[in-house]
Amino acid sequence: MASHKQLPRTAQIRLVSSHQEVYEPCDDSFALVDALLADRNNLQEHHPSLCMEIGCGSGYVITSLALILGQEASGVNYIATDINPHAVEVTRETMEAHGVGAELIVTDIAAGLEQRLAGLVDVMVVNPPYVPTPEDEVGVEGITSSWAGGENGRSVIDKILPVADRLLSEKGWLYLVTLTANNPSEICQQMRKKGYASKIVVQRSTEEESLHIIKFWRDVDTVGDEPDQSVSGFIGSLLTQIRLLSYWRGTNSDKC
Amino acid sequence: MRLLTHNMLSSNIKGVVNGFPLRIEAEKVVEKTVEMNGDFLKKMFEKVDWKAFVDASRAMGYNELPEEADPSMLDSDEFLNNFHHALLELHLEEGALVCPETGRRFPVTKGIPNMLLHEDEV
Ligand SMILES: C[S@@+](CC[C@H](N)C(=O)[O-])C[C@H]1O[C@@H](n2cnc3c(N)ncnc32)[C@H](O)[C@@H]1O
Repeated sequence: MASHKQLPRTAQIRLVSSHQEVYEPCDDSFALVDALLADRNNLQEHHPSLCMEIGCGSGYVITSLALILGQEASGVNYIATDINPHAVEVTRETMEAHGVGAELIVTDIAAGLEQRLAGLVDVMVVNPPYVPTPEDEVGVEGITSSWAGGENGRSVIDKILPVADRLLSEKGWLYLVTLTANNPSEICQQMRKKGYASKIVVQRSTEEESLHIIKFWRDVDTVGDEPDQSVSGFIGSLLTQIRLLSYWRGTNSDKC
Repeated sequence: MRLLTHNMLSSNIKGVVNGFPLRIEAEKVVEKTVEMNGDFLKKMFEKVDWKAFVDASRAMGYNELPEEADPSMLDSDEFLNNFHHALLELHLEEGALVCPETGRRFPVTKGIPNMLLHEDEV
């Protein structure tokens, strides 16, 4: 057994349900699941109790996460939200077809959960609407809201980040899909001010877009706006920052 | 929707001060057996608002939970089984969640609560 290092099962496309108004699994969805697979040993050792997806769409990602981490018997529970009622319905079908389940809620980001779920989410995954569009396309009914991200594609992302900060537990991790146009290094800096370290788990370039899956976690040494940081924390975060900056300088060809 | 989720949900209509707990109107309740994980239950016991949980379980037609509970009860298998059953195995399949302050009903269809607000509620 031990010598057979099998890749865990992830959601199978043929079992993923669909609807004309629901975002189908795409490069960004695959990149996010690849990031979860790349990090699966850490995820398994993390022993999360509650995992959450915001914007579950077809359910491809949350289903894959449930297949990687297991369900109730392993002590893991899942919550997934989407603003599009069709998407939540499709997620239910996709999960059922894979023999897994999650608590599903139709809501705007995590409205209704922010009070009582605060500090309880150990793993959060988000593939947000990130495409730069006119602001008035954000959040409109139907499929447009699955990609329309407003100015720099940041409108929904910038609303999700403080919610994620509120819901994540002390040991909580966030996996976020971003596009180069979203200015990911600025997102990392913003999260650093809230005390999060970050790293790129997967980077993928297609003809149209360059995607980064960034993982965030609370790091006692990573408090951006505190002047009295410990030396190791300061150097540590400086190093992270330099790495990220040089990284983005290298790949950010369409922006810089 | 499980009672675990109900315990984490509040009404977030603009101006509502105390939107928790939502009152359950149960039209259809289903039971789905899942394996028990004691560590998970112990962890959730600390987070659950017990009064809201007991009331919710009764609204779902389940009457086996004690009015009050303390952590020592987690040593009892019977209590653990009942807690597990009410927390994770009972599902509100059809019905509504009602805001305790305004009476606004959030529908639950095929097990999925819809918490979206109307424009004048945001
Ligand atoms: C890029 S799609 C990702 C879908 C799926 N998670 C995947 O990776 O294939 C973004 C999803 O976020 C949902 N969404 C957009 N705005 C939202 C909001 N304010 N609250 C919750 N979900 C939202 C959309 O309906 C859509 O399903």
